[in-house]
Amino acid sequence: MTLSRREMLKAQAAGVAALAANMSVPAGAQPVPGGVESLQIKWSKAPCRFCGTGCGVMVGVKEGRVIATHGDMKADVNRGLNCIKGYFLSKIMYGSDRLIQPLLRKKNGVYAKDGEFTPVSWEEAFDTMAAKAKETLKAKGPTALGMFGSGQWTIFEGYAATKLMRAGFRSNNLDPNARHCMASAAFAFMRTFGMDEPMGCYDDFEHADAFVLWGSNMAEMHPILWTRLTDRRLGHPHVKVAVLSTFTHRSSDLADIPIVFKPGTDLAILNYIANHIISTGKVNKDFVEKHTTFVKGATDIGYGLRADDPREIKARKAADVTATTPIDFAAFAASVKDYTLEKVSALSGVEPGFLEQLAELYADPKRKVMSLWTMGFNQHVRGVWANQMVYNLHLLTGKISEPGNSPFSLTGQPSACGTAREVGTFAHRLPADMTVVNPEHRKLTEEIWRIPHGIIPDKPGYHAVEQDRMLKDGKLNFYWIQVNNNLQAAPNISNETYPGYRNPENFIVVSDAYPTITAMAADLILPAAMWVEKEGAYGNAERRTHVWHQLVDAPGQARSDLWQLMEFSKRFTTDEVWPTEILDANPNYRGKTLFDVLFKNGQVDRFPLTEIDPGYENQEAKHFGFYVHKGMFEEYAAFGRGHGHDLGPYDLYHEVRGLRWPVVDGKETLWRYREGLDPYVKAGKGFEFYGNKDGKARIIAVPYEPPAESPDADYDLWLVTGRVLEHWHSGSMTMRVPELYKAFPGARCFMHPDDARKRGLNQGAEIRVISRRGEMRTRVETRGRNRMPPGVVFVPWFDASQLINKTTLDATDPISKQTDFKKCAVKILAV
Amino acid sequence: MRGQDPGGLSLMRSWTVLAAAAAACLVLAFGAAFSQEGAPVKIVPRVTGNAQPMALEQIPPLGRPIVDDVKRMRNYPEQPPVIPHSIDGYQLTLNTNRCMDCHKREFTEGSGAPMISVTHFQDRDGQVLSDVTPRRYFCTACHVQQTDVQPLVRNEFRDAKDIGRKP
Repeated sequence: MTLSRREMLKAQAAGVAALAANMSVPAGAQPVPGGVESLQIKWSKAPCRFCGTGCGVMVGVKEGRVIATHGDMKADVNRGLNCIKGYFLSKIMYGSDRLIQPLLRKKNGVYAKDGEFTPVSWEEAFDTMAAKAKETLKAKGPTALGMFGSGQWTIFEGYAATKLMRAGFRSNNLDPNARHCMASAAFAFMRTFGMDEPMGCYDDFEHADAFVLWGSNMAEMHPILWTRLTDRRLGHPHVKVAVLSTFTHRSSDLADIPIVFKPGTDLAILNYIANHIISTGKVNKDFVEKHTTFVKGATDIGYGLRADDPREIKARKAADVTATTPIDFAAFAASVKDYTLEKVSALSGVEPGFLEQLAELYADPKRKVMSLWTMGFNQHVRGVWANQMVYNLHLLTGKISEPGNSPFSLTGQPSACGTAREVGTFAHRLPADMTVVNPEHRKLTEEIWRIPHGIIPDKPGYHAVEQDRMLKDGKLNFYWIQVNNNLQAAPNISNETYPGYRNPENFIVVSDAYPTITAMAADLILPAAMWVEKEGAYGNAERRTHVWHQLVDAPGQARSDLWQLMEFSKRFTTDEVWPTEILDANPNYRGKTLFDVLFKNGQVDRFPLTEIDPGYENQEAKHFGFYVHKGMFEEYAAFGRGHGHDLGPYDLYHEVRGLRWPVVDGKETLWRYREGLDPYVKAGKGFEFYGNKDGKARIIAVPYEPPAESPDADYDLWLVTGRVLEHWHSGSMTMRVPELYKAFPGARCFMHPDDARKRGLNQGAEIRVISRRGEMRTRVETRGRNRMPPGVVFVPWFDASQLINKTTLDATDPISKQTDFKKCAVKILAV
Repeated sequence: MRGQDPGGLSLMRSWTVLAAAAAACLVLAFGAAFSQEGAPVKIVPRVTGNAQPMALEQIPPLGRPIVDDVKRMRNYPEQPPVIPHSIDGYQLTLNTNRCMDCHKREFTEGSGAPMISVTHFQDRDGQVLSDVTPRRYFCTACHVQQTDVQPLVRNEFRDAKDIGRKP
């Protein structure tokens, strides 16, 4: 056998490569051993596990394991693209420290708050848990029982949780971590349009002539939507991009109008733009007259701190922080008249030229504008106002509800919209935008749920920050946390969160896939199935509901949150949790388990196992003996059908790459509130904001009010917290993927080189970040992706060993109760 | 040109292999030590928090970027390759894309860098353009550098080459 020189070289190269990869080399070329079947991969669709963008992913499975993932070409959201996190989805389930059995704190063989985590059976776990819940119910009633859920819950899980808490235990102390994430956005939608979630959709990216990012860093936090925005900007030279932020970051790299403003002054900039639109005669008078009304919001609304906090006492003057009073256009114009270019430029620290260019994007009637925001607006002590003030700009100019004219609230979690908002897992909410305080809403809910009237309590429960305070104060004693890592995510954790978890009066249960810092602070850890280990449904930021099959089995004894909620409900009877008078009036509910009345109610258990696609496993359905997911979805869909929240038939969602509600006559709705695009708008109306009874949207007059805490002589720097591209939220999934971990291995403090030099700190030096609440240790980063202005530092929160939330302030927007994680005062010292 | 590994690549490679082997031995040894303890959950501060969760601990130094120019095998073909060289000071803005100076098709012969993959020429509808599609303009959304830190916990992801294929 003779080898040509070229063949020799090739053989050598293969040998070197094989050596490096530690493989043996076959003697020569071979046919496919085992036939082509041995190479085939079973591909199925699923949404990405991470952010609210809701990219479609194709998941490749072989022999019961996920072996590859890639962007789904057929998914309209991302058309084949994923970001770096999405491309590594294949590895998120395979961290070697997955929780595979329940762990209970025990001492001498029995539960003890100060015991060591000990493996127990599900039986013992649920027995202990049920005993604790019953003890609490007996001693203090339903208000001492609470649950903290998630915008990462599947729709089924959130739905099961809200039923179990409100209709089972009769407690509204149910809140999702989405409270930290987009409560301000949700409240602003309700206050402006009377109906939650965006009117537009992602198709706006391909139609807009200008994009304005309000405090959002999409390049890192919504990378795939950023690809759509980039595609539009680079492909169409007339398009302009404005990026507003409190520091310069990767999104600023694409900006035609880069703006760095002083924290909190975005409110003033918004009012300046409204003033500019009015004073230059660019108000769309016809639209404003026909489709809007004006209101004035209550002012001096405080900071949502504990009522006895001196800052709260000083700042809170409004009796009702949510109050609004009708005004007219002239009064609105007068309210923004003082926000002049000179004044706002001085207050915000932004060049007047940039402010004018920004205002013109909105004012120019020929330019279609898409405004985008996430945590910069939502995590803001005036977050609801900020959201509403950007709607003001779109409403004054009539730039809304059509392709390219779109105020768009982005979300951070995969089902913040689908589960937290649409299902209604907030302390005050019910499905389809209804609330617990409205007697008609409660009645309708009780009817759909087939439970007696009077079961759902009428008082909103504790919101996220309040739950922590009540745990600490010993008023909330039984607490179940699912799919979130609140001990890392909540504000002021060493004073307000951790003490509540370890309060000897309290029993804390955490369901998670991995041992997070929250799990480690619990009394009972329940191992959870994650992502494609169960059938699921998520709803993304553009009202798109998408569904996936169970593709692999969960490890060990890990079970889905849905299974956990339903199985736990079997341990309670109606006699134990419902009032005697209601049972007396409805004797047929006596002696039933909560499982019977909530899940085996003739609706949820309506569909037999034969309806499940035989190509896929379905762990919960097989366990309970009916197609749980379909039954739950169809019962839930009854809330929205015919009311503007229409969902399609369940089976259809397994076929398509998601559908944007309202789905009417099998067709999704891309733009709401505009005649011809939205089937709910009556003919001849043009526009109809039908969430409000008068069909009109509200334009609100509210002023600039300062943040809860600003830097001073003692604490001289602004602290901003947030995320980085490679890690999602608290990092419990991404920190376990070696490539993502090695790309950004730990938190650090981004600061301006002059700020570092002034303190004698070099790049990489170890420092203490100290606030009035507490301190954390980290290292200095003066280079890299975030370029800070002097006086502002940024620390991401994904690192469980560097808890920046020990320093943050538990100030919230008093209307939405969402924490401001973007503004507090710190000082920095060398270690 | 950007900074490249100055010393012989092959030497570097053998060191990489040796280091990996040594690391594997360490992991094995440690793994055994931990399993002997029998605690159901191991404390790994960056993912589980510190043993005393609210306590302050010393913070390890920032990892150093890996700039050895050695291609890393992908976990699966669709995975975006990691960047094995320094990108310090690279401009990636509205006006300039430093990565393309080497990875653009026309420049790869001179630079020796891998050409951006064919998928990078496709627009939203899958049509191939004559140059990189604007939607793929910001390389760092998918391609990241690595640092020299050791993974926190072992990842048990299994490569397709070890599943289902007959030897």
